[in-house]
This record gives sequence, structure tokens and C-alpha cells, in this order.
Amino acid sequence: MSILGNRLLRKEDPELLTTGARYTADVDDPRLQGAAHVSFVRSTEAHARVNSIDVAAALEAPGVVAAFTAADIDIDPPPLVIPPLFPEEMRRPWLASGVVRFVGEPIAIVVTDHPHQGEDAAELVFVDYEPLPVITAAEQAMEEETLLFPEFGSNISVSYGDGGDPDLFAGCEVVVEQRIVNQRLAACPLEVRSTAAVWDGETLVMWSSNQNPHNSRNRLAGIYGIDREYVRFICPDVGGGFGPKINQYPEDMILPWVARRIGRAVRWTETRTENMVAMGHGRDQLNIATIGGSRTGDLQAYRLVTIANVGAYPSLGAFMPSQTASMAPGVYQFDRVETRGVAVVTNTTPTEAYRGAGRPEASEAIERIVDVFAAEIGMDPSELRRQNLISPDAFPYETGTGLLYDCGDYEKALDLVLAEADYPALRAEQRRRRRSGETVQLGIGLCTYVEITAGPFPGSEFAEVRVHEDGSATVYSGTSPHGQGHETSWSMIVADELGIPVDRIRVVTGDTEEVAKGSGTYGSRSLQLGGAAVKKAAAELAEYARSLAAELLGAEPVEVVLDKAEGASFHVAGSRTRAKGWAELAQAAASSGGLDAAASFKASQPTFPFGAHLAVVEVDVETGAVHLTRFVSCDDSGRLLNPLIAEGQRHGGIAQGVAQALLEEMVYDEAGNPLTTNLADYAMISATELPSFDLVALETPTPVNPLGAKGIGEAGTIGATPAVHNAVCDALAVFGVRHLDMPLTAEKVWAAIKASTAGEVPS
Amino acid sequence: MSKAQIHVTVNGTVYEAAVEPRLTLADFLRGDLNLTGTHVGCEHGVCGACTVLVDGRAVRSCLMLAVQADGREIATVESLAASDGRLHPIQEAFAEEHGLQCGFCTPGFLLAVHELLDHNPDPTEELIRDVLGGQLCRCTGYQSILRAVHLAAAKVRAVRTADAHA
Repeated sequence: MSILGNRLLRKEDPELLTTGARYTADVDDPRLQGAAHVSFVRSTEAHARVNSIDVAAALEAPGVVAAFTAADIDIDPPPLVIPPLFPEEMRRPWLASGVVRFVGEPIAIVVTDHPHQGEDAAELVFVDYEPLPVITAAEQAMEEETLLFPEFGSNISVSYGDGGDPDLFAGCEVVVEQRIVNQRLAACPLEVRSTAAVWDGETLVMWSSNQNPHNSRNRLAGIYGIDREYVRFICPDVGGGFGPKINQYPEDMILPWVARRIGRAVRWTETRTENMVAMGHGRDQLNIATIGGSRTGDLQAYRLVTIANVGAYPSLGAFMPSQTASMAPGVYQFDRVETRGVAVVTNTTPTEAYRGAGRPEASEAIERIVDVFAAEIGMDPSELRRQNLISPDAFPYETGTGLLYDCGDYEKALDLVLAEADYPALRAEQRRRRRSGETVQLGIGLCTYVEITAGPFPGSEFAEVRVHEDGSATVYSGTSPHGQGHETSWSMIVADELGIPVDRIRVVTGDTEEVAKGSGTYGSRSLQLGGAAVKKAAAELAEYARSLAAELLGAEPVEVVLDKAEGASFHVAGSRTRAKGWAELAQAAASSGGLDAAASFKASQPTFPFGAHLAVVEVDVETGAVHLTRFVSCDDSGRLLNPLIAEGQRHGGIAQGVAQALLEEMVYDEAGNPLTTNLADYAMISATELPSFDLVALETPTPVNPLGAKGIGEAGTIGATPAVHNAVCDALAVFGVRHLDMPLTAEKVWAAIKASTAGEVPS
Repeated sequence: MSKAQIHVTVNGTVYEAAVEPRLTLADFLRGDLNLTGTHVGCEHGVCGACTVLVDGRAVRSCLMLAVQADGREIATVESLAASDGRLHPIQEAFAEEHGLQCGFCTPGFLLAVHELLDHNPDPTEELIRDVLGGQLCRCTGYQSILRAVHLAAAKVRAVRTADAHA
């Protein structure tokens, strides 16, 4: 019986639980002995001319090895993240010179023997700022009264789509429009950014808390003008990524220059406050959704206009409006869809991919506007959804935005969730509370979603499997996990293919010297590409081993079968005694390069996980306090390899989705000062704000890869945010509130109730 | 900066050390004793990743100075498993319920739960949530941690019952 599909406990846990594992700041490689510590002096102004920077006093401070400003750095700044898309004029410098564009932007580097000395010395660097007008909001940037890059001539870094079809809503009896804010969020991995660098002869060795070691290696090789084999990039244990650790930052990539300049290894670990202002933020889109249809609930046309505030320099966040646009129509059949978007620069922290990365924004927009439409025509939101879902026999389904949804059964997911939650009973209870004018009102919110994983260009992933002379195996994978359990999952796949027990399989990831190629872990790509590559490599290895066994047993390969039961061996069909085990085969192959196979799996297209979420909230009409009391989700991510791990991914995503709806927001004042710069001020969600989640199972295997798997890492954020948002708006409908932007804090909800009805539940 | 002499027991070993008065206990454990299982997540006492036991009480080691640990007994995550590698019941429960993903916050959770179960091996759901509310995790959504604490409590009770009969 196959091990796949079992709730196997994670192999990585004992180490994490007993030693606390080894994150970048814990690495004690001998080459880092005596490493100097790097501290960054960061801008305290959101937008200012820098007249001078004086490091003289810092240089006199105890333990200071060196101090550098932009004038010292003699290498070109890193290339743009997506060069053809973003303007060259907006390329980010190593350190700000001339102008600073966000609070937290690095201005100077101080190198010290000990980290505490760096904190002291950085305080002594004097920067003479001349303030410039500040823009913090997307619509403000669109006015173009102040330009961040006057030489470029516009704050719009990139535009997507076209549109402006005046007849888009022709023939629609009802057209509703809603402006929806997907507020700025901080990713908050528990481990902040941390990197160490050393030149070992001609080779640059770097340890970093990062999601994509091979890409990081390639960028560093380009920046330092050396061959890729002279860069070894290692991701030790990584304490959470969530997107902003996909790319390296100037702070990481300048470290080799510092190390070379001072002739010593260097380390850098930021503080939480630095992380909050200088690691990439997420979301921050203004979405204007317009939907048209008939009075009987047939949706016909949809337009989504997106203005993304991507911060001071376009990075991966500036690509998100395109992701949002492509997923705009969601799970619904429309006759006409139109999308367009812009990414504008402002005096805020640059944005990056953050769990969901463009899809939660799309889902939030369509799922809110569908609810608004339902309210407009007086139809139950579950019925409006059901009536317009893409039907299960329509797959593969080409969307109005040019994507090909692989497979799904959207109505089934909706039905399962409605049944699990006993939707009619919830509505009855809601009516009862409304009639009796109770202080605590009930809100029920739905979301039916589809998302894109390993998209938009899935590419390929690499794996190598080697069987050793003791019969154990090692897997080398180009994915780079940071909590997703690849050690367990890849072991299960190899065990399934080769019959070698899971505990005799080692998994190596996150080291460019040990793993030939790879593209890392992001975009919910790892299982469907990396797992599929492991399966392919293992299958090729099994074929090679079969031919070798045949040769040793004096049989034809077709006569030889692999018995995967305990003590797995190849034997001649019908004769169990004529057999060769893995150890014997590896020994036999030792002289001819060993028992090893490498493979890349390339997907023909992305996959499209889907599901339905239902949230129940209680709103205290006297205080505005929102209490999430129930959460039911059905998330179909294709065939499950390990349900334990898949459920963990769903849980985490849902929590982050709820957090956006109810609590979290990165706030700036008008002068561009970030006001939520630590975990006391930023309302990161905790156990006390969440109910237990009810997870409903549904598995529709995708034909896109041999595992039948789609991604599951981000679904939670995509479904949960609009479900909870809709629930709160549903509770407030009784006060005539049509829409209220996130996060739905007590203050905001209370003010909306007061503004509409003086706080009384209308009779 | 002048240094202060401290005498502290960490995971059963006695240490004499000269430390700067401003050195936090977290940095002392990590930097001076190389006990890197104690993680620093926020440096201001909110996330709880750096939680250790000081004389049996859960303490945020980023908010306590090393000099304040003088004469006290500290336990970190490295002390939980038995010397033969056998996991502590709380560690077992976290593994069995998938109560960790990236693992960075985990040592703090383990020690906070350790204190809870020391004082109350049969906590209510409400009390568990209240204790977990002081620890932040970005990966798990807290669902599996909550289940892990219930399981850990059952395991701790079973061990106590067995010990009582022995």
C-alpha cells in the first residue's frame, strides 16, 4: 500500500523541538569566526534631500571597524527585479545618496566587532536632511504633484491591461461599483532577515534567511562579476518567509562588498523594527470593482481597476497588479471582463509578494462586489454565487483574462461548506437577533474562490536522488522550505517509488553547492513542481536500478520487478530468491558513477486550487467589537500527499487572512512616518482572536502533474479575507452599511454604526 | 563598560561569567553560552519566542538582564528532552499534532506551556488560549498548537499518575 496520502509525522520536528534548530544567526561555521557585524543607518525621513552624511563621530566609537556611505561603494547597484517591466530610472541604490525615499531606507553602513557597538555607533552618524513633499497613498501618487523620480517624469512605474470599453455593461439591468482597499500588511516572519558572508579564497559563501537560494546565487554572481560556481549560497533553517524573503535586499547583497573591503567575514541580523520598516510589505492595493448583471442574478460583465502602492522602488510588489488582474473574475462565468492596473511609487517601504501575492486582492474585490450585488437585487449571496459558478463540466475553462483553469467543482465546495455550517440555521438565528434588536448581531460571510499556483509561468524544478552503498538514499531538491515539511514529503515520494523506508532517506535543500539547480519555494509551487521532480528522478533511478539488477541476475530488465515491501529488492518475476537489494545495487554501481538520477519536471501550465470559506461573526453594536465565532473552509488543492501538512498550511493561511480582515494594517502618518513599527503597535494576530477552524475535505486531482497536486500554501489568505469581511458587512447591513474597509476594528465598526443609525438596531 | 560578575545555573550547569550590565539574558544565553535554541523574535517582550524558565517561571529573556539572573536557575529548550534523546511529553505532543512549521517560535511555546502544565496539568480551553495569547506564531494559525497543548496535558497527567503509582 502506498505511503502517499498518509498523515505521516514530520521528520524535521525532533531537531526543531530539541535544539531549536539552526537559523542564520545561529550558524557557527569556522569561516565566520571573528566575523564583524554590520549595522545600517536608516533614513528617519520619508522624502528628503540628503545634503551631507558625517560618519566621523561614529568612526571614533568603541569597536568600530569601518563606516561607509554611498560615495564609498564602487559597484553597480543590483539590477531591477523584473528588468523589462520596471523603469531603469527607478532602480534602487545600495545606499541612498542625494535623496531618501522612505523611512527605513539604508543611508550608511557601520561595521563593528560586536552588534551592540554597531547600534551605539549608528546613532552617531549625522545626516543633514532637507525635507521634500511626501506622498504615502496611491491616489495621491496618481495626482503627480510630487514625483519620486523627476527624471522619469511619472510616479507610475508600470501599467497593465487596457480597457475603457464604453459598452462593457451594455444590457446589464443592474450595475454596482465599489471602491475596496486592500490595506498594507507586514509579513511578520518570526525570524527577521539575517545574512552572513565570507570570501573563502575566490569563493563567496553566504548564509541567509531566504526562500530562493539559486536565484540569490545567480544575482550575486552577476553583481560581483564572478562565475556561479564561485558563489555558494546556503539557506540554513529559515524562520518563516511568506514572500518577502523570495528576493534578497540591498542590505544582504552588499555584505560581500563589505567583507572584501575590510578583509573579514561579516554578519548582519536586523532588529524587529528594521524588519517592520525595511523588509518588503504586502498588499496595499486600491481596487475599484464594477459588476453588472440581471435583476434575476445572472452576472454578465466585470471590470477591475487596480492602483497598487508599491512603495519607494518597484520590486516584486509592482508585479502584483498583473496577478490580481489575471485572477479578477474568480469562479464566475462572465460574458465580458475588463481589467487594468497601475503600480505607483510612494514614500513608503517597497512592497513584495506576501502570502497570496495579488490573488487575495482579486478574491477580495470580486467576493465583496458579488455580495454588494446580491444585496442590491435582494438575493441570498449563496444563491447568487451558485447561479454563476463555472460548472464542473466546463473544464478546462478559459477565462475572460486568458487563463486556462485546469479542473474543479466549485459548487460542490460551496455545498459542503454550507452543509457543514448549517447555513439555513445560521440565517434563522440572524433573523431572530435582528428582529429582537439584540446587542450582539450575527454576520455570515461567504467566499467562493479559485486561485493560481505555480503561476503565472510555472517553469520547472529540479531533483536528484542517490542511493548509497548502505541502502539509504539522499534527495537533493531545488525547493527551499521554511516550514513546509519538504524533508518529510520528499522522503514519502521516494519511499513510494523505491521502497526505501522514510527514515533512511535524507533530504538536502537550500545549498547551491549540494543541489545543482533550483528555483526555491514561493507561489505554492513546491509540491507540484519540486515534488513531481523528485518523483520523476526516483522513477528514473528505479529504471536504472532495474536494468542493473537484470544484468547482475542474468535476466532481461522486463523480467525484473521491484518489490517495495520491507527490505525492498529487485527480483526476477516468480523467483524471489534471485534478488538484489538497494545496498547491493549501489555497491555494484559504485565503480560506474553510483546509483544516481537527476530530473527536472516542467509543468505545462499553472494549477488552480479552489474552495469555499464561511465565516460567522458576532458584532457588538454598542462597542463595535467583532468576534469571529466560527470558520468553515473547504480547500481543494488536488491530491494530498500528506494531509497533516496540508491542513497546517490551510490553518496558517486562514489565520493570516482573518488577520487582514480584522486586525492588521501597516499605518503611515501624513509625513510618511510608519506608526506600526513593532509587534506591540502592529496587531499581529494571536491565538486569542481565532476560533477553531472546521476543515472540510475535497480532493480533485489535477491532470497537470503526475502527483495530481495543486498548491495549498496560500489558499487560506485568498478565501478567508473576503469571507470574514463579508461576514462583518453582512452583520452591519441591518444598519444600512453597504461596505466598510478593512481592517474591521472595533473603532471603525462602531463609528459606522453610529454614523448610520445612532446605534440602534432599526426595527 | 564595566562588567558585573554573575553566578547562574543553566540547564543544570553552573556558570560564572562577567557580563555588561546592559546585556540581556537572551543575548547572554545565545552569545556567551552558545545556547542558540532561545530565539529572539521582537526584542521587546511581545512575541514570546525567547521565553525561558527562570526558577520554573516562564520569562521573556529579551526583557530580563543577564545580571538579574544572578543566583537563579534557568532552563532553555535544550534541557527538555531526556539525555538519551527521548522527547519531553510536550515536545512529543507538538510533533504529533503538527504544532510547528518553521520552528522559530517553538522553543518559546514549549517553555510557556511547560510552566502552564507545571501549575495546572488540566487546563481549560480558555486558560490555554490565554497562555498562548502571549506567544506569537505566523505559520500554524495556532490551531494545531492548541491541540498539542491539550495532548501534552493528557501526557503530563499520565506521567504524573504513573509516577504516583510507582
